Amino acid sequence: MSGLELINFYVIPGLISGSIYALGAIGITLIFGILRYAHFAHGDMATLGAYVALGLVGSLALSPWVALPIAMAITALVAVVLDRVFYRHLETRPKILTVMASLGVALMLRSVVQVVWGVDPQVYSTGIVRAESYGGLMLRSRELITFATATGLVLFLMAFLRYTRWGKAMRAMSDNPELARLCGVNNEAVTRLTWVIAGALAAAAGFFLGINTELNTMMGWSALLAMFAAAILGGVGRVEGAVVGGLVIGLVEELSVLVLPSQYKMATAFVILILILLVRPQGIFKGKVL
Amino acid sequence: MNPVLVMHQVRGGYGDADILHGVSLTVNPKEIVVIVGPNGAGKSTAMKAVFGLVKIRDGAILFEGEEITGWKPDAIVRRGISYVPQVKNVFAEMTVHENLEMGAFLAKSVKAEAFERIYTLFPDLKAKRNALAGSLSGGQRQMVAMGRALMLNPRLLLLDEPTAGLSPKYMEQIFQICRDVRDTGVAILLVEQHAKQALAFCDRGYVLATGSNRHEGAGQELLNDPEIAQMFLGG
Amino acid sequence: MDTLGLLNYAIFMGVLIGIYALLSLGLNVQWGYAGLFNAGVAGFFAVGAYLSALFTAPPVPDRIMGWELPTGVGWFAAMAAAALIAWPIGKVTLRFRSDYLAIATIGVAEIIRLVLRTEDLLSGGVRGITGIPRPFGDLPYEWSQLAYLGLTWGMVVVIYWALERQLAAPWGRMMRAIRENELAAAAMGKNVEARRLEAFILGAAIMGLAGAVYVHFMRAITPEAIDPMMVTFLVWIMLILGGSGNNRGAILGAVIIWVIWSSSELLTDRLPAEIATQAKYIRVFVIGLMLQLVLRWRPEGLLPEGTHVRRSS
Repeated sequence: MSGLELINFYVIPGLISGSIYALGAIGITLIFGILRYAHFAHGDMATLGAYVALGLVGSLALSPWVALPIAMAITALVAVVLDRVFYRHLETRPKILTVMASLGVALMLRSVVQVVWGVDPQVYSTGIVRAESYGGLMLRSRELITFATATGLVLFLMAFLRYTRWGKAMRAMSDNPELARLCGVNNEAVTRLTWVIAGALAAAAGFFLGINTELNTMMGWSALLAMFAAAILGGVGRVEGAVVGGLVIGLVEELSVLVLPSQYKMATAFVILILILLVRPQGIFKGKVL
Repeated sequence: MNPVLVMHQVRGGYGDADILHGVSLTVNPKEIVVIVGPNGAGKSTAMKAVFGLVKIRDGAILFEGEEITGWKPDAIVRRGISYVPQVKNVFAEMTVHENLEMGAFLAKSVKAEAFERIYTLFPDLKAKRNALAGSLSGGQRQMVAMGRALMLNPRLLLLDEPTAGLSPKYMEQIFQICRDVRDTGVAILLVEQHAKQALAFCDRGYVLATGSNRHEGAGQELLNDPEIAQMFLGG
Repeated sequence: MDTLGLLNYAIFMGVLIGIYALLSLGLNVQWGYAGLFNAGVAGFFAVGAYLSALFTAPPVPDRIMGWELPTGVGWFAAMAAAALIAWPIGKVTLRFRSDYLAIATIGVAEIIRLVLRTEDLLSGGVRGITGIPRPFGDLPYEWSQLAYLGLTWGMVVVIYWALERQLAAPWGRMMRAIRENELAAAAMGKNVEARRLEAFILGAAIMGLAGAVYVHFMRAITPEAIDPMMVTFLVWIMLILGGSGNNRGAILGAVIIWVIWSSSELLTDRLPAEIATQAKYIRVFVIGLMLQLVLRWRPEGLLPEGTHVRRSS
């Protein structure tokens, strides 16, 4: 196999699914870092976002690319409502109860999608998109857009966290919640903001998953393990960690096909998760260990 | 002159059990007041009671003549009191400058003048403004914590064992900073484990034991009291 | 349905409830005693089911094992295999908060599912494993069913009794002390991590046993027979509703939830075909919602821990 083939068949798909994992892992790492629990409904939140976009494409005849920001906004709103209704009342109880509640929410979200859109796989638009050659690199336009949009979203979020008042408040809350409260940071506002970001990015992850392959009701749940592995690999609470972690998991998954039967692609995320917990539980970027 | 802070017969604790059984104290303007006493005397609890972190069942707390008993911490910050906890008192993963910004979070917009004031008080911090607070030495962290607390121009600063775990050199430095802060017009109430040194440097002191007042007076006066020396200061 | 048919159905339900009661008891050891979040119950169940099947079924070409060993050996192997899988997972993740264990167990369940779906050598491919012997399987149908009902509930009683003994023993008191106050327990010199690992392994072994009891009742198994998410989730809601920390609660929860779950299935099966599939997913939604309601309004469950076992204070 030539180097170019390796890139076209393994590295590019790896980076694409890696950026999708990264978008999901950012939300997971923010929730883990700021609200301090593992959110198991995150994958199904991505599924919901993808299907909301599908609904917009189908009913309003929108272009998928126009539907994407709307679906992100709707999913962000859903995330805030889910927190209000199902998670917030557990705030003062052991965090693991919220983890459990999120497992229930995962099931509920999925069944809503199954009832509304059915269980058959669907696509945003039919027809085969040919890959174009860029000096031997074979890329489809949707892959370029996926990569560009994911990069844009990540840079925007990082700038927000670095330079804005509320971005700093989120970091402060993740760093030292008691002190943040002593500084007058409103816990509720930060929680809401966290869910807006996590929900919107989850929807984007689901959408890109759907547009690069197909939509099915298990897609988010199947990606959940990879997203968690990415968040922990990068370091819990670290956005840049989630991005690097996502890309690493995506690449390793694709490259694993060279040595393992392709059915076991998913297992590589698990292996990476266990290895990182064994050798460096704080992750690459020295995140939190809860 | 009217006192900055008056605690009158405060009784309360965290759960159902009382830790404070009627603590009274006063802090006057431009005064450093220290609370000392044996372990479990309720020193830190008394201070946290001022900042609204303790359930108060009886008594009253007045700040500049206004009753603030039962207020929430953020309202108390707005009113003009800042609090520096004993541990985890900086944002370790944020820069020194960002720590100061967080101190002024309630102000919405931060004036450059406020940063200048802090950096003049703590010249060490100016050089380290872009370093992560978690990478600093213990003494420097304490400066960040105090600087953060001073961002909103409080009239009263509460310090919970600011010298815990610091070397004698740093302890002296922190005490000197306290005097400098006081000289800018901020009253300071602090809890100290190092009773001898603290009483020597403060303006007035209170000795607490088992949640009640035992002695009070000027620092040197307390130091010279043989009874106190025997009871709390190990001879 | 005639009376006999109804009776047969009742016995069938009774066996399945007993199997779920075992799962619920196993989860109670992990969650109720030790506060460990196992989100891969179905994985340990499946391992138990397959191991016991492979030990006892007749051999066929293109599949490993098939040793036709006695059922008891199969059941024991099922427990051992589940425990053996639990051990390294617990070893790695129990140093951290239970969230990490939960993530890892989701992974384990997922991988077990992948292996069973991929490795025909193990699972017998699309045909699955058949001819798995059933104790009392030679009796006439009704009697065989009835005998198996007795055997299943016999196992429930044995496990219940063993767990209650264990809970009253120093081990159980230690477990509760750890759960109530981890720091204090660690300060008293109790090895928190080792105790938790024991609880995790013991719970997994009971789940493996449940899988074995299930597979010998069904006499055949295919990879599709176990819906991982549903099995895991049903067991969780059973335990939470019944009362975590209380073994009687765990059994009661299994009875209530299984009756609701399967009677709602009877109901949705009668619906016209167009809406029947959707109704199936609405059932899942309702189960998810039920967990939220219990967590919100009755977090201690129907039989709270204190009503049964007195806390040593």
